[in-house]
Formats: sequence, C-alpha cells, structure tokens
Amino acid sequence: MALPAYTTPGERIWFYTYRIFCGLVFFFLIAPIIVIIPLSFNAVPFFTFTEEMLRFDPAGYSLRWYNDFFTNLNWQGAVKNSVIIAFFSTILATLLGTVAALGLSRSDLPFKSAIMGLLISPMIVPLIISAAGMYFFYSKIGLQGTFLGVILAHTALGTPFVVITVTATLSGFDQVLIRSSASLGANPTTTFFRIIVPLILPGVISGALFAFITSFDEVVVVLFVGSYEQRTIPWQMFSGIREQISPTILAVATMLVCVSIALLTALELLRRRSERLRGMTPQ
Amino acid sequence: MTQSVANSGVMTTADGTPLKVSLARAQRRSKIRGTLLVVPLFAFILITFFVPIFDMLFRSVENQMVAEIMKNTAPLLKEWDDRTGELPPEEVFAAAKFDFEEGHAAKTILRVGRRLNYEVPGFSSLFRKTARRAKNFEPPYKDAFIDRDKKWGQVETWQLIKREAGAFTISYYLAALDLRYAPDGSLGIKDDKARIYLKLFWRTLSLSAFITVLCLLLAYPIAHLLSTLPLRTSNLLMILVLLPFWTSLLVRTTAWIALLQQEGVINDFLVALGLIGNDGRLAMIHNATGTVVAMTHILLPFMVLPLYSVMKTIPPSYMRAAKNLGATPAVAFMRVYFPNTVSGIGAGSILVFIISIGYYITPALVGGTDGTLISNFIAYHMSVSLNWGLAAALGVLLLVLVLMLYYLYDKIVGVDNMKFV
Repeated sequence: MALPAYTTPGERIWFYTYRIFCGLVFFFLIAPIIVIIPLSFNAVPFFTFTEEMLRFDPAGYSLRWYNDFFTNLNWQGAVKNSVIIAFFSTILATLLGTVAALGLSRSDLPFKSAIMGLLISPMIVPLIISAAGMYFFYSKIGLQGTFLGVILAHTALGTPFVVITVTATLSGFDQVLIRSSASLGANPTTTFFRIIVPLILPGVISGALFAFITSFDEVVVVLFVGSYEQRTIPWQMFSGIREQISPTILAVATMLVCVSIALLTALELLRRRSERLRGMTPQ
Repeated sequence: MTQSVANSGVMTTADGTPLKVSLARAQRRSKIRGTLLVVPLFAFILITFFVPIFDMLFRSVENQMVAEIMKNTAPLLKEWDDRTGELPPEEVFAAAKFDFEEGHAAKTILRVGRRLNYEVPGFSSLFRKTARRAKNFEPPYKDAFIDRDKKWGQVETWQLIKREAGAFTISYYLAALDLRYAPDGSLGIKDDKARIYLKLFWRTLSLSAFITVLCLLLAYPIAHLLSTLPLRTSNLLMILVLLPFWTSLLVRTTAWIALLQQEGVINDFLVALGLIGNDGRLAMIHNATGTVVAMTHILLPFMVLPLYSVMKTIPPSYMRAAKNLGATPAVAFMRVYFPNTVSGIGAGSILVFIISIGYYITPALVGGTDGTLISNFIAYHMSVSLNWGLAAALGVLLLVLVLMLYYLYDKIVGVDNMKFV
C-alpha cells in the first residue's frame, strides 16, 4: 500500500511511525518463540547465545538436549502420560460435547442460553479455582493422583470448546437439507449419518483438536489433581523450570512449537473445508 | 393454521387427530429429544466440575472440627456470655480437661490447635503443651489450666474457642479480607503491616489493569493494520498473532525466562552493545516486570482477535466520507473510526482482564515475590501451608470477581459470540 503523491510530510511521518510501531509489536509477538529454537541447540547448559554460536561455529551447536529428552525417563514418561490423558479426554469431550451441541442447536430447547452458560463455564472459571475445587473434592472421593481423575478433569475443561465449535457449525447448517432428505425417503438415522455428520464433521474435528490441545497444554489442574505418576509434559516443564533448569526444556519447547504449527495448519485447512461445504447449498 | 376450512371445520392428520394436537405432541417430543441430548454433558459437568466448586464453597465456611473434637466444652461455652469480661465457669474448665485428655489419647486435639493457630498464632503450641499434661490436672481445673499456661486465664483465648465452636465460620473470609475481631467482639481491619490479602487483591487488580491497558495499546494498531491490509498480506501477518496464541504458555514463559534473566539474551545483548556494564545487569525477571512483560505477550492475541473482528466490519468508506466532509485524519479517527471499535475494545479488555486476574503459571515462574498474584497465594495455601479453608475462601472471592466481570462481558459481547479463530 504505497502512499499517494499528495500526502503531506506530516502524514508521511505518521504513516511510517505507525508501520514501524506495528512491526515492533509483531517482533515482540514472534521473537520469543523464534529465539528458543537456536538456543535449544546450545552445546553448553546456558540459556543464552554463546560466542561459538554467534560465530556459527559448529562446535557451539549440539543435539545433546534432544538426546537427553529422548533418553530421560522423566520426559519419556511425561510424553506417554500426556498422550494417554489427552487421547481419552479428547474422545470423551468430543462425544459429550457433540451430542450436547446437537441438542443445543434445536430452537425449541427450553432455557437454552442458561444451559449454554453453565456448559461453557469450565472455560470461564479461572483454572486455579477449578484446580482448587477439583483437588479438594477429588481427594475426598479418592480420584486425586489417579489417571481417571486427571482425564475427567481435562474432559470437563475441554467440552466447552467442542460445544462452541460444533454449535457454530450447526448454526450455519441449512435445515432444509434435513427435510429434503426425509422427503426423498431417508429415515432419521440415515439422514443423521449421510447428511448431518458429513456436514458437521469439520466442526467436530476442530472441536476435538481444541479439546486435545487444552488437555495437552494444561498444567494448573494436572499439578493439583495429578501427581508424579500422572506427570504430563507441561507438568514436567513446570517442575523443571522450578527446580533444575536445563536447556532440555528449550528442546521440548522447540518441539512443542512444531506441534502447534501443525495444529494451526490443520485447523486452517478444516476451516476452509467447512466453508466450502457450507457453500454447497443447492440453488 | 389459517387454511383449516375442511369439511368438519378442523383440519386433521391422516389418523384423525386434530392438527393442533398433533403439532403440540410433535413439538413436545422434539423438546424432550433435545433435552435428552444435552443431559449427558450436563450431568458430567455437574459431577466433575460444579460439585467440586460447591464443595469448595462449603469448605470455605465449614467448621465442624472444633465442635466435634471438643464435644464437651463446646456446648457449655455456648451458654457462657463472653462479653462480661469474666472467664468461663469451672465446669467449662472441667469439660475442657476431659476433652484434652480424650483428644490427646485419640491424637485429635492438636488438630484443633492447628485450626485455631490460623486465627491467632501460638495456639498450636498452647494446645500441644496443655494436651501432654491434661491427664494429671487436679481440681480446681481453672487453676490447673492457668498454671500450665497463663493464656488460659485470658478471656480472649476462650472467646476464640467459643467463636470457632460453631458449625460454620466466616473467619476464613475475614482472614482473606484482612479483618479481625476486636476484644469486644466487633470487626475491624488489621494494622497496615499485617494486611496481606487486601494488598494482594489490589496488586492483582492493578497489575491486571496495567497489563490490559498495555495489551490494548499494542493490539489496537496491529489489529487496525491487519484489517486494512489486502487479505493476502494480512493472512500472512495473522500467523504472527496466531502462532503465539497456539503455542503452549509454558513454552512462552520459558522463552521469556531465557530472554529476561540476568545471564539471558537481552542482558547479554545490552552488555555486548555497551549500554550497561557487566555488573549492572538488569533484574527483569522474578519481579513485577517479568510478570507484566510475559503476561502481556501471552495475552496480546486475546486482545488482537476481538479488535480485528470488529475492525474488519467497518467499511473503509466511513473514513473517506468523514475526510470528504472536511474532517482532519485525527478528527475522523476520533469521531468516526474509534466509536465504531468500542465494542471490540470492551470485549478484548474484559477478556484479558478476566484471564489475567486468575493467572497462575506465569506469575509463579517469573513473578518472584512482588509479581505474584492472588492465585499464587491460593496455590500456596493449598499445597504448602495446608490452610485449605483460607485457600477456598480466597478462591470463592476470586470467583465472585470473575463472575461479575463475566456478566459484564456477556452484556457487551454475548456468550454465544465467543470465537477462537
């Protein structure tokens, strides 16, 4: 966007100041994430660039922190636990959330907005409060420090995201399609699996991705509801930063950045697909 | 049903039921079906989430322990008038001797001591000291108690036990608000030095407000830029906002530790430039600065996204029209553009504020002592001091604050309009 020829000097200065300011904000947003990537290849246990690294001397770089990650039992256990917990809580959250969203999208459901408010409240209540409540209650009923406890807690935190994404997909859903399907002789079950499911699937999958990342990233609740046995990657990172800070954490962080890039791409592709499908209404 | 002018005057379905009845039945069925779909999730959230929250609410006022363990003393104390300034009668001391003896054998009386220690320091040791000898106390018990520790001869000691012998207590809330009982039973605010939580609430609110303003100042220009650039460029720049948004907050906090610490990247850079000496490295972490910088970075996308979605809907022709009518760019911005973005500002600010007052992880890792927030104290009382009642009371107060703000958010934006991408 070039400036027109008639702009005054004052306007030019203002324009470039504005652009430079925006550039600095973008730099502020992205630089911390970029900077940890080279730091994770550090050959020495420091959190900063050594002289060898700045000279691009190969001796300044090494994979020792990645090696540590793949051989250290604490981290390997954490990866396994993270995947197990995120997997089960995603499945539970997606099932419960999708079914509830189907009910919520009916226009005749009584107390709809109140129910919606209650269902998404785990997303609004500060995590430390959810964690405190769950910690007190789950220790009382023996779920504290168990996989089941952590999975249930993460499911509760993940369902609001599923409910919201699936409800949003359903709000763009053309109800005429259901009637046309029925008038063409399909029974409700056939209509559900052949018409509704394919159309809301992108919404369901992105809801599931949200639920997965919620559980995969969650640290406050797992710190209290879980114990060492249920340590997840964020749990291990948190205690790592608190106790024995080592660049292994930076290596893990770099890998997690790659995971989030993959997720971001997946969500974007799903969004496009969903838009394309919704544009397919018959003329 | 306007066209109900069939033979009988009432339109019927194929099996002869009036259409109205049939419709009502179908609607009822559909309503029930809709409800049945929502019930499983509702029940799940109720059990795994709401019951724990209510349990916490209950825990913040629940106080059965003192009355349960000192079961002989408690009912007698209820009848004692603590305003007269006189010690309880001898029978109370006799009952207390019995409770101490029994509680010592069952190893429960020290829990009462620990409980009362939350209110007034020194009770834990008083109870431990008394419990060990209670077996050998001889009548008159009043003198025996006072012999053991002169605190038993003070009215305040008994006032406290009487106050906490009820089934419910507000003392956790009083502690959370830095209030205390004066000797005459009235409520007063603690001395300035003893005030912890009011200062903490104030710090939480002011740091959150500061972070919110900072986010707004940084987010407004870039949201504007994103909404005015051609789609191809703005989509590319949007990645710079969304990638941090999708990156684990622990990764971002770790990155800030690497950048801000004394031997970190920024300090090294400044030393290399010669701006600061090697011994004058800046302390940018483990204090309020660290919390503000890291949290602003983490919450910035939450401000950019609502602002962007509002700015996207403002047609560029508005600004052109304003300038055409003679407004200078500044006036056009203030009178036309800015008022159109107020809803986005409101939504983003409340969202960032709500998230930051309940933030735990980042202040815990980079906050040091003066950059910690109310949540860090809740966590401290949960896992270190084990004063769960106080943790619950602080949690409930924070929850009330968040719910009020959330109500405001709902009024401005509407819950249904919440979006993530």
